[in-house]
Amino acid sequence: MAGRFAWRQAGVGLVLPVAVIAAWQAVAQLGWVNPQVLPSPQAVLARWWAYLLPLQPYDPAAGSWLRWAVSGELLTDAAGSLYRVVLGFAVGAGLALPLGLAMGASARVYDWCNVLVQMVRPVPPIAYIPLSMLWFGLGNPPAVFLIALGAFFPVLMNTIAGVRQVDGIYIRAARNLGASGLTLFRRVILPAAVPYILSGVRIGIGTAFIVVIVAEMVAVNNGLGFRILEAREYFWSDKIIAGMITIGLIGLAIDVGMNALNNHLLRWHRGLEH
Amino acid sequence: MGAHIAVSHVSKVFRSAEREVVALQDIHLDIPQGQFVCLLGPSGCGKSTLLNAIAGFAPPSAGSITAAGQVVTAPGPERGMVFQEYALFPWMTVAENIAFGLQIKRQPPAQVAATVDRLLAMLSLGDFRQRYPKDLSGGMRQRVAIARVLALDSPIMLMDEPFGALDALTRRNLQDELLRIWSELKKTIIFVTHSIEEAIYLADRIVVMTYRPGTVKRDLLVALPRPRDPAAAEFNALKRELGQLVMEEQQRHHHDELRLAAVD
Repeated sequence: MAGRFAWRQAGVGLVLPVAVIAAWQAVAQLGWVNPQVLPSPQAVLARWWAYLLPLQPYDPAAGSWLRWAVSGELLTDAAGSLYRVVLGFAVGAGLALPLGLAMGASARVYDWCNVLVQMVRPVPPIAYIPLSMLWFGLGNPPAVFLIALGAFFPVLMNTIAGVRQVDGIYIRAARNLGASGLTLFRRVILPAAVPYILSGVRIGIGTAFIVVIVAEMVAVNNGLGFRILEAREYFWSDKIIAGMITIGLIGLAIDVGMNALNNHLLRWHRGLEH
Repeated sequence: MGAHIAVSHVSKVFRSAEREVVALQDIHLDIPQGQFVCLLGPSGCGKSTLLNAIAGFAPPSAGSITAAGQVVTAPGPERGMVFQEYALFPWMTVAENIAFGLQIKRQPPAQVAATVDRLLAMLSLGDFRQRYPKDLSGGMRQRVAIARVLALDSPIMLMDEPFGALDALTRRNLQDELLRIWSELKKTIIFVTHSIEEAIYLADRIVVMTYRPGTVKRDLLVALPRPRDPAAAEFNALKRELGQLVMEEQQRHHHDELRLAAVD
């Protein structure tokens, strides 16, 4: 019963995408648009496949088969982009989490830091691009800096809010049971703040993903952002769209992963009753 | 022998910008070891305020409280508290909630596990050991909260309308359970309630409090033998008598609210 319902739901969800792709294919086939402006879905798919496959034929002398299989441009680009996202996010969130916990838990730390945070926060990470290139040159360093910046504020703000909203009854109960100081923080305040922190992480990863594409367009010479801009130079609109699809797929995969993490870490949470 | 809990001349005043509320005024109570005391009164009579002061959450404005020979200055595990809202940690399983206080005391894991097992059995929670609070009914949650306090082996249990949110059957069930545990473990219990029947069913001694300022209106011992029958004539005579006292305070509460509404 439940299985059938899920299938129906999935089927309903596929109707519109299929219709859009069919319309797109029809428009391309009827020759209503210049294929250089809008290539057919078929051409995009073919290009995506070519983009995915290795550039050179397999040569056992050059190394293992597995290494060859993942040597395609798409996988190299995706790996480069993901690497920057993961590293940048780790740096940004890694700095934001302890600061957010301190600012949420201590009014003094909050008073010291809040004005600076509120002044820096409204500047979009993209606006740091010129400065990041002056400071870090080209390649990974400026990209990681920008991504870290993009991930930093969502995680920071949500961590502060998470610590501040902890229901007083938990703190009273914990103190009654003898908890204080670090134990109170680690075993009560921190877990109580996890739902907020996780939604901050989610927003932070989303921002990191936007920033990585932009950063690659200006400061890096590989990665998905670089590749779609490069494809524009050659009027390879099919490759542009193939790159965009890849970005979408990776975003979807990250979202699915975040959902799984969320469900695991918040298995105790009331909002997740199945 | 001195009192196990001594509340001496305690007052508590809440001040806000507009007004000043005297929640407690010169409360004086000596509670001997092992007594089951109910604080009874309408909402706003300061019974929870008094309990919070004894728990150490909110120090009195004047007077002092000693518990088990020590002056109360902060919350502590020798005065375990059971809250109406259960206050279980939702991110911990039933077993982890019960173990929490013992882990803070740095008891060895084997000893913690043994205590948790014993309490799970005592409160019929064995099947729920690995569940999270969200999966439990109100009655089950309150059992866990009681087990969590019992784990500390504190001589004093403070209970703030613990069964107020439960349905009648579950409530009677937990009252009986509490009486069984109390007679077994000889704890001193201070139990806040606004239910007259609950107070008579449970307590050795009932302290009726007045509505603002909170003072002791009547302090009486309940001599009825246990188990008590809520249908018995003596039970109902006492219920009528206490009902009269509580109703007077309820009226004052009501008039006060009307007066405040008129001011607004």
